[in-house]
This record gives sequence, C-alpha cells and structure tokens, in this order.
Amino acid sequence: MTDTTADTATKTIAMVDYLELGDEPHLVAQACTTCGALYFDRRNACASCEGRTFEPRALATTGKLRTFSIIHRSAPGLPSPYTSAVVDLDGGGSIKANLLGVDDDPAKITLNMAVRLVTFPVGTDDDGTTAIAFGFEPAEKK
Amino acid sequence: MSDDIWVLGAAMTPFKRYKDKDVIDLGSEAAMAALDDGGVRMSDMQVMGCGNLEEAAGGVGQRIQKQIGQTGIPVYNVANACATGATAVRAAYLAIKAGEADMGIAIGVEKMGKQGLLGAAGKAKGTKKVYEPKGRYGAVRSPEGVLGTGLMPGVFSQAGMEYAAQHDGVGFEQFAKVAVKNHQHSTLNPLAQYQKAYTLEEVLGAEMIGYPNTVLMCCPTGDGAAAVILVSGEKLKTLDPEQRRRAVKISASVLTTDPWTATAQVQPDVNTLTRVAADKAYEAAGIGPEDLDLVELHDCFATAELIHYDNLRLCEPGGAGDFIDSGAPTRDGRIPVNVSGGLISKGHPIGATGVAGIFEITTHLRGEAGDRQVADAKVGMAHVIGLGSACGLHILERSAR
Repeated sequence: MTDTTADTATKTIAMVDYLELGDEPHLVAQACTTCGALYFDRRNACASCEGRTFEPRALATTGKLRTFSIIHRSAPGLPSPYTSAVVDLDGGGSIKANLLGVDDDPAKITLNMAVRLVTFPVGTDDDGTTAIAFGFEPAEKK
Repeated sequence: MSDDIWVLGAAMTPFKRYKDKDVIDLGSEAAMAALDDGGVRMSDMQVMGCGNLEEAAGGVGQRIQKQIGQTGIPVYNVANACATGATAVRAAYLAIKAGEADMGIAIGVEKMGKQGLLGAAGKAKGTKKVYEPKGRYGAVRSPEGVLGTGLMPGVFSQAGMEYAAQHDGVGFEQFAKVAVKNHQHSTLNPLAQYQKAYTLEEVLGAEMIGYPNTVLMCCPTGDGAAAVILVSGEKLKTLDPEQRRRAVKISASVLTTDPWTATAQVQPDVNTLTRVAADKAYEAAGIGPEDLDLVELHDCFATAELIHYDNLRLCEPGGAGDFIDSGAPTRDGRIPVNVSGGLISKGHPIGATGVAGIFEITTHLRGEAGDRQVADAKVGMAHVIGLGSACGLHILERSAR
C-alpha cells in the first residue's frame, strides 16, 4: 500500500499497462467496438472481426479458476514452486496470472473455484519505483 | 491414383544426442537414406523442403545440397515451431500438387543438445534497472513466473488441467498412464532416444516439472533428422513394381493455424486448430477415426496426448480419461497411439519430428516396423502441433497389393 503521507520518493508503477492501480485495482481490456472481443495487448486490429477501433473496458475483479499448473522447474533466476493459472473473470475476459494463497498444493486447489484479484509489489528499480503485479487468491479461504 | 501424391522413400536417424555430427551431417544422413529407400537420386528431385528451427536463418537446405547433390532445384527452408517438419513435407507436396515437380524431398532436422527448458535462457544484466513500460503489454519487467507461465511445460499442463476441469475421469493418474504407455512402446523402437519402461508409480513419483507433468511425462531435447521422398501418381506409374508396392499414399495433408477464440488471448489454445485440422483431414481422405489403424500424435507432454485423443476424435467427446484407462491406445489396443514411443520417449528434435511421424506411419503401412509392427496396418495418421500455433496433419494409406 502506498502511504500518501510519505515523501515523494515513494512511487509505484503497474507491472503491465492493463493493470489499473488505485483504491480498487482492476484489469482494463481493449474491447473491439464492433464485436466486443477483449484484448490486453497493443492492437492493430481485431483478430476476430477485423474491426479497427477499440475502447477500454474495466473488468471484474472476481472470477473462476479455469486451469492451473504448479511450476516446480522454473526459468533460471525465478523462484519455484509457484502456481500459474488462467482465470475466467465474471462478466467476461480471461487472464493468466499466479494463483496465491494455495501453498502450491494441488489438494488446496479446486478447478472452477471462485477467486479474486489481489495486488502485490514485485520489485523496486534503481530510482525507487516499486512495480505492482497482480494475482488471484481463493475467494473463500479453506 | 494419378492425382494422388505418394511417399516413395522414408528414413530417419536414431534420435539421441550426437557429439560429433552437426545439423548438416544429420540432415544429409536422413536424406541419403530416404533416397536409397526410394531407389532414387538427388538428380531425380525437382524440389526440396527443409525444416529446421534453431538455424532457420542459416540456409540449411542449401548446405545439405552442397553435401549430397547440387542440382539447382528450388529449396524451401521453413520454420514453423513444432510443425516445422510437417511444413517442410507440405512444401514438397504443394510443388508436386501444383505440377511444378513430379518428385521431391522433404527433410526435417534439429540439433538441440541438452538445452533444458525452451525459451528460458537468461538475459544479459543491464547496468541500471529502471521500470518503464515496454512492448505490446506495456510490461516493466518480464511477466514469466509473476503473471503465470508461458513456457512449454506450464502451457501444456494448463491445457490438460483445463480438460480435467471440463470432463470427469481425468486426473494425474490418467496423464501418467500416457507416459507409462509411451515409454513401454519405446522399448521396441531401436531409433528411440530412450528405450526404458517405467511403472505407473515411477512416473507419478518422478521429479515434478509442472503439475501434473513429472519429468517422465515431458519430452526430452535431442538431435536427429528424418526425410521422405514424395512422388506424383503419374510418375509412380513409370517406376519399378517394387517401388510401387512399397509406396504409401498421402490421403490427406493439412496445415492449420489457430482460429480466433475468446479464451485463447492469454493461454494458447492447442485444441481448436487440431480439431479443425482433423476434420479437414478426415474429409479429404474420405475416412473417419474408426478407420485408423495407428496414430502418431504430438505428445510433447503427457497432458497433450490425452487431450488430442479427443481433438482427433479417437475417443468419445469428453472420454479421453476412459480411453487411456481402457488401454485403447496401447500397441495391441483398439487404436494404437505413438507405438514409436512418441515424443516423450522417442524424442523431439523439433524440426525432425513432423517428418519422423510420417516415417513411422509409412514403415508400419509397409509392414516393415519389425518388433513394434502394428499388425495389418492399412491407414495411419501423423499429427504435430507447434505453439504459436501451427498444426500439421497427414493421413497415409498403404497401396492396394
């Protein structure tokens, strides 16, 4: 959490530009104005309908766990284990992120379970800016 | 017969890690063996397709020609992820189909060594770390491991767990049984990188790479090459009776990429393009999955093989768990799958894999597969899929004897 009373050196930045920080962090997709297809990357056109205009759309912070894998052998320099997941957000949009709060234990993970978005700091650069990432955790703790 | 295109010759090197042979040695070895197998020479070839991924900018086809025969024919050097080999076959196939050539060679070759996780190479350290949005997602740092994983084991594990979420009777044990089967199959294949059987307990208890795939459920990296000689039906008529007898008909040759799906924007969809390819191939060949005597499919991970049972319509919709539990895809089962040992045990030198699958099917349809022969095989399918994505699918039929 950013302390607004702290000195101006406390800066944060979203790890990716489709994460909107603030009081209620959430994801923002680019929605095709023709067919409604949702994207998170910079677009040239819509790959579904070939439409060429987009508008930002705020997505829900709750959803269901579509799938996961618990990664034990990760890329060099990255910690392991961690749990990678794909979440179908309520009201539309699917997103990949880490699944937190499950101890990387398959016994604590139920497919299709309800999850909610959380944010966390993922590192600070040499100018003192902290990057904020997002993940999901079970909506109801076991 | 005259409109069809046939496999006249086929060969592969053993898949393993070669200390003293480079990509050109391996590609040349497979190409010369395929030429000999078909009873033809480089001077008979009018087109070459050459598939290689890791030296894709290196003119591999020309370098092989400079070893085995420079006749000035067109070469198509192709790179298409794990469908690279199948794409090379299609380059030669299309040239014959278009009437530009009546005979051609397709080579797939790769030398990977023991390189571990693909795409996981470390980056050079910068001097100063400053977070600023870069790239198409405006990311201030690499998302790998922070926003899930995009590496192969995770992607294919997630594809398998998605299937498990949607269908009953699919879990860790069903995925593991796929690997038990393929390792068992490989014990009969002298060309396989590994030829060792493991129990279900050993597969389940091996080092976990990405749940639910243990190390024995993941394909290794390795080296190898395969090659096929393709010929038009018209040309085949003019060849010797023995060449005609051993020729295998290509009943379908299909290449697809992923159609747009809403759910595939963050996690590659390995299913839809495979299902589209299967439907096109069955239609082109005029057969159904019940007509297949054997299948070589893309088991880069055990989870991948299980979902492709369903994608290729080998099992009832949603029934891939029952399918493996019933023993249907074992060598003496209803539809033997990956009797070569599959990518999991035979190995997966990326550029070679798509051609090697066609070699395996061809060998069975000729009745020349030795100890691993599927009895009286008449029709077979070879399937590969590469992330990005590309799916190559061939249906082969033995000639009427």
